[in-house]
Amino acid sequence: MRYSALSLAWNAATGHRFWKPAWRDAEPKPAYDVVIVGGGGHGLATAFYLAKNHGVRRIAVVEKGWIGNGSVGRNTTIIRSNYLHPANTRFYEFSMKLWEGLEQALNYNVMVSQRSILNVFHSDAQRDAYARRGNAMRIAGVDAELLDTDGVRKRYPFFDFDNARFPIRGGLLQPRGGTVRHDAVAWGYARAASDLGVDIIQNAEVVGIDIQGGRAVAVETTRGRITADRIGISVAGHTSHVAAMAGLVLPIESHVIQAFVTEAVKPLISGVVTFGAGHFYISQSDKGGLVFGGDIDGYGSYAGRGNLPVAEDVAEGGMALMPAIGRLRILRNWGGVVDMTPDGSPFIDLTPVQNLYLNGGWNYGGFKATPAAGWTFAHLLATGQSHELAAAYRLDRHATGRVIDENGQGAQPNLH
Amino acid sequence: MAGGPQRLASGGATIDRGAPVRFTFDGRRLDGFAGDTLASALVANGIALVGRSFKYHRPRGLLGAGAEEPNGLVRLGAGSAVEPNTKATLVELHDGLVSSSQNRWPSLAFDVQAVNALLSPFFAAGFYYKTFMWPKSFWEKFYEPAIRRSAGLGRASGLPDPGRYDKVNAFCDVLVIGGGPAGLMAALAAGRAGARVILAEQDFVLGGRLLSERHEIDGMPSSAWSAQAAAELDGMPNVTVLRRAAVFGSYDSGTFGVVVSAAPGETGPRQTLWRIVTRSAVLATGAIERPLVFGGNDKPGIMLASAVRSYVNRFAALPGQQITLFTATDEGWNTAVDIAAAGGRVVAILDTRREVSPQLRALAPAAARIFLGADIKAGRGRLRLTAIDVVDRDGRAERIATDCLAMAGGWTPMGGMAIHLGGRLAWSERIGAPVPKSTPAMRIAGAAGGQLSLAESLASGAEAGLAAAEAAGHAAAAMAIPRSSDDVVTPFQRRPYAKTRRPAFVDFQNDVTAKDIALAVREGFAIPEHLKRYTTLGMGTDQGRTASLNAIEILADVTGHPSTELMPTSARPPETPIAIAALAGASRGEHFRPKRLPASHDWSAAHGGSFTEAGPWMRPRWYTRTGEADWLTTVNREVTTVRTSVGVCDVSTLGKLDLSGPDVAVFLDRVYTNLMSTVPVGKVRYGLMLREDGFVLDDGTAARLGETHFVISTTTANALRVTQHVEYCRQVLWPELDVSLVPVTDQWAQYAIAGPRSRDLLQALLGDRIDIGNAAFPYLAVKAFDWDGVEARLFRVSFSGELAYEIAVPASVGAAAFERLMDACVRLGGCAYGTEALGVMRIEKGHVAGSEINGQTTAADLGLGKMLSAKKDFVGKMLAQRPALAAADRPALVGLRPVDRAGRFSGGAHFLAPGATPSIEADEGWLTSVAFSPSLGHFIGLGFLRNGARRLGEQIRAYDPVRGRDTLVEVVPAAFVDPEGARLHV
Amino acid sequence: MRILCPYCGERDAHEFSIRGEAPMTRPVVIGVPMAEAVAALHDRRNPPGRTREFWYHGAGCRSWLLVDRDLRTHEVFGATLASGAF
Repeated sequence: MRYSALSLAWNAATGHRFWKPAWRDAEPKPAYDVVIVGGGGHGLATAFYLAKNHGVRRIAVVEKGWIGNGSVGRNTTIIRSNYLHPANTRFYEFSMKLWEGLEQALNYNVMVSQRSILNVFHSDAQRDAYARRGNAMRIAGVDAELLDTDGVRKRYPFFDFDNARFPIRGGLLQPRGGTVRHDAVAWGYARAASDLGVDIIQNAEVVGIDIQGGRAVAVETTRGRITADRIGISVAGHTSHVAAMAGLVLPIESHVIQAFVTEAVKPLISGVVTFGAGHFYISQSDKGGLVFGGDIDGYGSYAGRGNLPVAEDVAEGGMALMPAIGRLRILRNWGGVVDMTPDGSPFIDLTPVQNLYLNGGWNYGGFKATPAAGWTFAHLLATGQSHELAAAYRLDRHATGRVIDENGQGAQPNLH
Repeated sequence: MAGGPQRLASGGATIDRGAPVRFTFDGRRLDGFAGDTLASALVANGIALVGRSFKYHRPRGLLGAGAEEPNGLVRLGAGSAVEPNTKATLVELHDGLVSSSQNRWPSLAFDVQAVNALLSPFFAAGFYYKTFMWPKSFWEKFYEPAIRRSAGLGRASGLPDPGRYDKVNAFCDVLVIGGGPAGLMAALAAGRAGARVILAEQDFVLGGRLLSERHEIDGMPSSAWSAQAAAELDGMPNVTVLRRAAVFGSYDSGTFGVVVSAAPGETGPRQTLWRIVTRSAVLATGAIERPLVFGGNDKPGIMLASAVRSYVNRFAALPGQQITLFTATDEGWNTAVDIAAAGGRVVAILDTRREVSPQLRALAPAAARIFLGADIKAGRGRLRLTAIDVVDRDGRAERIATDCLAMAGGWTPMGGMAIHLGGRLAWSERIGAPVPKSTPAMRIAGAAGGQLSLAESLASGAEAGLAAAEAAGHAAAAMAIPRSSDDVVTPFQRRPYAKTRRPAFVDFQNDVTAKDIALAVREGFAIPEHLKRYTTLGMGTDQGRTASLNAIEILADVTGHPSTELMPTSARPPETPIAIAALAGASRGEHFRPKRLPASHDWSAAHGGSFTEAGPWMRPRWYTRTGEADWLTTVNREVTTVRTSVGVCDVSTLGKLDLSGPDVAVFLDRVYTNLMSTVPVGKVRYGLMLREDGFVLDDGTAARLGETHFVISTTTANALRVTQHVEYCRQVLWPELDVSLVPVTDQWAQYAIAGPRSRDLLQALLGDRIDIGNAAFPYLAVKAFDWDGVEARLFRVSFSGELAYEIAVPASVGAAAFERLMDACVRLGGCAYGTEALGVMRIEKGHVAGSEINGQTTAADLGLGKMLSAKKDFVGKMLAQRPALAAADRPALVGLRPVDRAGRFSGGAHFLAPGATPSIEADEGWLTSVAFSPSLGHFIGLGFLRNGARRLGEQIRAYDPVRGRDTLVEVVPAAFVDPEGARLHV
Repeated sequence: MRILCPYCGERDAHEFSIRGEAPMTRPVVIGVPMAEAVAALHDRRNPPGRTREFWYHGAGCRSWLLVDRDLRTHEVFGATLASGAF
């Protein structure tokens, strides 16, 4: 049933008795053209674009638990395309454009809300670095504005301007940055993909990848063996051990990043804000909760939870930037498992195993990439060729030196 | 009646009738007692309407009496001290307390947005995913702002939190979480055994249910027994009792987070974060009663039965004149007994079960009518419950007038903290709820583990406390369990949820009804995690305490899956909401991070120094003199003084590492790109380090003080990272090399003396203590010497490009040395200079710094390719040869100056060919560092330009759209002043 | 998370900087062929289970440690000085 104000009103009048499941909870079939491992945002988006853009008909998404249980359901919902490196600028701007039309493309309100993102800076050197980034964005046709202290004050009068250890000297603003209702992204893609015939198979954990003569031919799941012409891995956070089933060793470490949400309050913070003298970023959800986060904990982890020191560090950053939030209470705090890579950038590439393709290594920034990652990974799965917008996200870039290191931290995953 | 019109004449376990308290709610002045909560005082004042729900703005009253409260959220205080969304049930009443209701306009009794309730058929679960998409632009302009304004609960002050906060680290053998019967017994058992115990209780009084129920323990009222136990614990030197202490999280290796609030009127921090590390914990957090789901179950006046007992017994406040009881359990009947005993009127008892025992019936107050197999078709009333429509097992329907309904729907154990570290729950059929399992790290006691009766609680608490103490090496004999009255706990009976046309609330705060759950299931959101996300069930400030199990039961009912297969969504910290400021402690404002001050700081502050942050340090940017119009005038004067006379600058913040040992030279050869083993004793060499990935890590100097002794310097920004890297090389890569390393950044104060008259200055100061003639002490010489009893080191190094030295003295005498230097300097007409002049001069010389060594550049990019020795291997050498790092067309360092010398440009501008349309392909590089050069009289810059080395003399644009500039610049060598370096050697 | 530092005793993890997964044998960074150098610096087994990582006790004794830990549970099995471990 198509969603519209009319259909909603009709259903309201009839007691909402006639709504259908948003997506089919499919039973696995023995064979597909493409099997996508991972029912997160990226996997579901990939399935949708495979069906929509490339006309692939027999597609399965196999998910270990329930769809949307990974990073897409546990992030801080930020979208932006304020990158420095040309490969990133192109890719994330493409993603932003897809976000901008996503409701209409999916017939699902994922609440794309472009309320702006502001990166606050605190020194002349930091200002110049942000100017370099802002200019790179403008050159690539992306919106960016450099604000001085007064410009920041006008938008956020409650920042700590007078008493700060690292005074605020301005900020880089991307007006088109913002947030998206994260869970809805998974559901919206699932519903649209399911409508195009994609089988979404939950509670099917992949426990093996069958390789014959150097070609991946099937996945073994807890709900049986499924053969496929092509297999795409899209399980960021768990890429290493799924890829290990195909004998691959990857430049990825799994880490935990924590996020926090407060009790709901009336509108206080209009856009997304990041602090420049510590690790802290924040926005306010439509429901009213402040959603914020900071640095990764720094140790390898698959536990999906963090520890107190980083929670304290994040709160300190928050209080340093905006002491007006002090009495608001943290309601939930969670940790997500993320793939951290040596240069902080992702992989969308073929693997040394034929017919096995990889989308992973998203560090802590995969959510905003969901539409573009789905689009370009679908292209790769359908054509066997990298999409031009994702051509830089190669697995061999550490060998060639074509690293995409936005912040210059070098080959240590937990520094990005 | 003192303390409010609904206050009972006697009783009240924790209120102090001798201490009346005045407070306000929505501007009304009201009376209460010390020992009240805000909620109990409102009940005592006959106030049933306390708030509005989140979505439909329905009138709401108190549901509970503790942390489970979903409705009674108030705004406390005024001005910057406002605390929104505070549970009235957890607020300790005190004189002068100001409180108000939230999420209503213009008033609590008349709220315009209550119109939402009329539209509730449209606003069903997930409605927003299906609409607001047309026209496209309307979402952000119209729909979303409207939704944002109507969402949210309370309003934040928007002003800096004026509170003080602090942090404490504590260590113990046994942490007991919860001070009810099980927690008290656990703490007593472990404390008597001699273990170091911390008992943390969220309430301001120990006792938990013992305060709210009328039990007998050891022949005394349970509240008296708990006071006695509390006194014993308070008196034990090995036991710390934390009241007002919210244990919010269980973390790795026995670490717990606890926020302890100050008592009203207590001086000191408003809240303190206790980081408690314990050998093991006892979880004794009790259980929360479940509401019953029926149409109109949210009318103000409908409460949990346990809350009614608490208000009556603990606070002597009667929540209604005609009270009814709706129960699914035997325990519920005790509420009727307590109300009657306190002199209240119970008009009816409704039990959902078709049969109850005669003993139970005998408990009922004489005046109460009894309905079995009963259900409520509707709760009635607008701002307060006025009646209920009842049907019983025989189909008898009746409207009963009542202003307070007590609901007893079974129990939800509060075992969430047991699964913070990934533990699992197991379904207990007996109590119809999942319960955590004890582990050696966390033993579960009392109702939190499903031991619902008082006797079970006391016994399991003692057992857990003893076991925890014993595990920590404090064995003790078994502890006598006090004799107590007990509860009859009946097995939980599942009840089909009522299919009613009226909204039957499951999550009161977020307005999620039974129908919403059915709708979510219909749409495929049929597992608890999807249900929660789709309907927002359990995501309110009460964290779903009263909603989660009812939701599971309804989900089971709708889907046909047994509820035992549907585990609630996982519990995560914080167990109870905690203030952001409490986690931050004192680290805010100026104290966000420690400030490090070099030894010269006081002199600088007294001489016009204007300071800037340099990593953790504060450094003078410049020294303003009277009459100087702006900072540029000052900086120009400082640069000119150095270039023509002499200046002094504190460079102590640069990192310093002292390396010694027989293998030190070999070691440094591997760490630096250039040879260090060939540096003669008494000489300094500029050095470059690469990261293992071949990009430049840092630059600095290596001074050889002896055959086996070097002191190396790092940049200020990279001091810690380089230390860590060099330690890695020493300990992990080459432990066989005999080298010791001591970071001595803080041990030595170091001052640059720069300018053509720097030698005169040193001569004047040092006389013949050291020969500093050009022959005896040439460029790049280093020597240790005795400076009037002070161990000092002199380096002939230069960052400014002038004849220059650096002198190092122990930091303890750094301030005195700086004063001596400045006295001599001023006498020569020199001045102190700050980081800004330092920066100008290094740009004039083309020296690279942090903007160039930004972690993305290679040695060749920086024009330092020749420093990669071909004669040896070193860290990063191999990976620096990767194709993309060795590519010839990488952007390389060049100098830039405006073609029109009056023009200006800024760091961060990009290079475009004249006439080029801006595009990624046309982008040829960027400006890294820019300064006004007083030596040349125009702006100069450094930047990275594609094929830079081959493009000297070209004109390009410094394109800076974010600043609205586009300047034509000329590419020149990256050295503007004395490019041959002649001045260094004079 | 708490680490038993061989020099300093049991300390909270926040006193340490973590470099990441450690190889089975002592890392070699000079005199190795390119492919080996690339793999050694970048590739990780990253098992969903027990592994060894390099931790640096920067706020303590400045020792580099090998910490034996389970990535699923965060259980710490022990820490040894890296200098003598290979």
